[in-house]
Amino acid sequence: MANETGIGAAVKRKEDARFITGAGRYTDDIGAHGQTYAVFARSPYARARLNGLDLAAAQATEGVVAVFTGADLQADGIGDLPCGWTVHSKDGEPMVVPAHPPIAVDKVNYVGEPYAVVIGESLEAAKNGAEALEADFEELPAVVDLASAASADQIHENVPNNQTYDWELGDKAATDAAFAEAHHISTLEIVNNRLIPNAIEPRAALGEYDAASGLYTLHTTSQNPHLERLVLAAFVQIAPEARLRVISPDVGGGFGSKIFVYAEETAVIWAAGKLRRPVKWRAERSESFLADAHGRDHVTKAQLALAEDGTFLGLRVKTLANMGAYLSTFASSVPTYLYGTLMAGQYKTPAIYVEVQSLFTNTAPVDAYRGAGRPEATYVVERIVETAAREMGIDPAELRRRNFIAPSDFPYETPVALTYDTGDYEASLAKALEHADYAGFGARKAASEAAGKKRGIGFSCYIEACGLAPSQVAISLGAGVGLFEVGEVRVDVTGSVTVVTGSHSHGQSHETTFAQIISDRLGVPFENVTVLHGDTGRSDYALGTYGSRSLAVGGSALIKATDKIIAKGKKIAAHMLEAEEEKVDFADGTFTVADSNQSLTFPEVAFAAYVPANYPLEELEPGLSEKAFYDPPNFTYPAGAHICEVEIDPATGVVDITSFVAVDDFGHVVNPMIVEGQVHGGLAQGIGQALLEHGVYDETGQLVSGSYMDYTMPRADDLPSFTVDTTVTPCTHNPLGVKGCGEAGAIGSTAAVMNAVTNALGVASVPMPATPETVWRAAQSA
Amino acid sequence: MEISITVNGRSEALDVPDNALLADVLRERLGLTGTHVGCDTSQCGACVVHMDGAAVKSCTVLAGQANGAEVTTIEGIGNPDNLHPMQAAFRENHALQCGFCTPGMIMSAIDLVQKSDGLDEQGVRDGLEGNLCRCTGYHNIVKAVLAAQDDMKSA
Repeated sequence: MANETGIGAAVKRKEDARFITGAGRYTDDIGAHGQTYAVFARSPYARARLNGLDLAAAQATEGVVAVFTGADLQADGIGDLPCGWTVHSKDGEPMVVPAHPPIAVDKVNYVGEPYAVVIGESLEAAKNGAEALEADFEELPAVVDLASAASADQIHENVPNNQTYDWELGDKAATDAAFAEAHHISTLEIVNNRLIPNAIEPRAALGEYDAASGLYTLHTTSQNPHLERLVLAAFVQIAPEARLRVISPDVGGGFGSKIFVYAEETAVIWAAGKLRRPVKWRAERSESFLADAHGRDHVTKAQLALAEDGTFLGLRVKTLANMGAYLSTFASSVPTYLYGTLMAGQYKTPAIYVEVQSLFTNTAPVDAYRGAGRPEATYVVERIVETAAREMGIDPAELRRRNFIAPSDFPYETPVALTYDTGDYEASLAKALEHADYAGFGARKAASEAAGKKRGIGFSCYIEACGLAPSQVAISLGAGVGLFEVGEVRVDVTGSVTVVTGSHSHGQSHETTFAQIISDRLGVPFENVTVLHGDTGRSDYALGTYGSRSLAVGGSALIKATDKIIAKGKKIAAHMLEAEEEKVDFADGTFTVADSNQSLTFPEVAFAAYVPANYPLEELEPGLSEKAFYDPPNFTYPAGAHICEVEIDPATGVVDITSFVAVDDFGHVVNPMIVEGQVHGGLAQGIGQALLEHGVYDETGQLVSGSYMDYTMPRADDLPSFTVDTTVTPCTHNPLGVKGCGEAGAIGSTAAVMNAVTNALGVASVPMPATPETVWRAAQSA
Repeated sequence: MEISITVNGRSEALDVPDNALLADVLRERLGLTGTHVGCDTSQCGACVVHMDGAAVKSCTVLAGQANGAEVTTIEGIGNPDNLHPMQAAFRENHALQCGFCTPGMIMSAIDLVQKSDGLDEQGVRDGLEGNLCRCTGYHNIVKAVLAAQDDMKSA
């Protein structure tokens, strides 16, 4: 149905009305009668034994309700925080997993790790109580440097060499053979800097326990409330799922950091049960810096083997990945199955071999952050391709073109375990080159040079695998959960529609886009479709939002449910019109009978389903409400071309992004306005990584970049306006032909910026973030 | 301490602790939860409100300092049926995603436009330097503020 609110229309958002008027309802906006306040006592040391903890003064503090330690939780049978993905090492052994109690018991392993929780009648009382705790720490040497972590002090008793696994992917012998035949080998040693996610809403939780029913209710800032409930029930053992309701109301951004099950909400919901009073916690920003899972943090050596004409022959990648002090919920999968599998990029590289050692350090746990593994892979591939182009004197766009997987090659099986279904990489690059006026670059560069500036251009032709994921593939690779999604379409008596989706929206706009697809398919006015999400009490078991999966997986579930609605509606209409079911058609909200002028509107059929007077009750249940689970047969493969142009003042080292072009192929687009917004946000985070952001620990394990004074968030005056466009090759295996757009900006952009910076300076490499000081130093040596 | 403030046109007499912050009083005492708190160093701008017509970061204003002042929060500038031009421009230009920074961003942007004489893109970018957004990359926020400027100046 082509209309102004259907699929493809830039519909304004339903959710905006509340957000622009201050009527949003975030976790910290919700209070419970008689609530108490939790404050966590956090380790000031990166690594220490906790030899004793004197609670007396804290307990005696005015207004303190209770003080709980890690031992209290353990004594009550509260389990460890689990890691949900088991990766196996080269030798076939499963990864080594250290114990991860929610509240530290006798040792702490990163600055900010909670070792007690103080509950007060007021926030102030709880803070005073936490101040009064007397902890006897015995500081130990901290392991901070990733490159030397394997040979440093052993952090966990059961983890030799601080290594959780040593993983490989690809054909080593074939790759070695390719290198033996190479005309040219490019080598790159790069660091993918640690990032701190920084959703602007800090994490928060409100735990409640109803003694009469034994029901726990947890409001929290989660991207996936069902996963939160599953972990708290099955692993942490708060209560069975049926007695634990998790609600994620409005959530102020996630970017991955709110996927995970953390210590704080675990302690809050447990304490609510112990005290039989509501317990509230909201992170201060300094706690977000210390204790939200961080992202990226790799050290990598990569080599690309090329033939004389620039054909890629083989790629070798060896990466050290920082896990931080413990394995966060999905940490193990990020530098492996979300990283190594992307090393083919958009290219027909025939032989690839990837090795990843994941190591523990005395730093905050590291897990998925927007893009999760795929930005790191893109950074490796696109930096080394650019390096090879420069070394061989081949135009970087041309070198990429020579090696692209061609449209006729799909489905294309890569040497690193993925099968790309579709794409047209040449098309997105061509469009991006046009937007970027690549032909005019030489003249612009000359003009910059005349003004004493250095100008550079950089490309990044990324691919990502998203729409996570085919459950059986993921489970065979170590996932501990399925990765389908559930959707429910409840047609109301008068024909309006309530949609319940398992995909949580924390900025992605599901209330709008999902209403568009339902309105489009059922012919129901857009304003008569309401989308509900984020409550385990409302929806079946769902997997939630991450990996750009909402539309590709959650939207597909809704399409399946809608198909069931239409199929049932046809049966009802056939009965009412005394026609053969096969002759009933449905389009634009109307059931019609072939070769007749008989018809029924969707609301008429809905009404008949609920007031079944003229209705085939003997063969059809009343009601018009359908649910579907959708498990995708493959990942989706968004891809695109990003081109960044920079001008650098060598006197100051300041990098000015004069133009940034992103041309992405997301398959069909439901709402172009929203897709562009997702790309803009991703670009900001990718550019932030390249130029501004850096999570820094000093040698003792203190987080140096622990506030907005020290960690450079991209601000309005740090960024340019972007040129964003799309090309379309529809996904071949989901009903909407969509691929996912949430992470692409963050995945593609970082390499484009750094390729532009190094191009401008004429140097092989500049570390990220390319701050003015770093760039100035590089400019001096160039 | 006893304070009297006018919030969104309504007079309020409140007994607050000496160290109470305006942001907390608005949120906890007056239930005006549209004002958000996103950091503890006065850097993110999610808490921006207007005090006597000027934008302030309410997490860094003592409630006592607001004694006698007129305070306007996001709830006080418009409603879904009668939006302020800045609110309408944010919606029209998709200048928000998760919505958490939005109230502070809108309040800062209104102040910026009111104090300026014909902002261009760079002027908007410089003027919103005190407000963090992690979702939009600012692209559409800048568009929205420029659009609202036209509406506000022509109104």
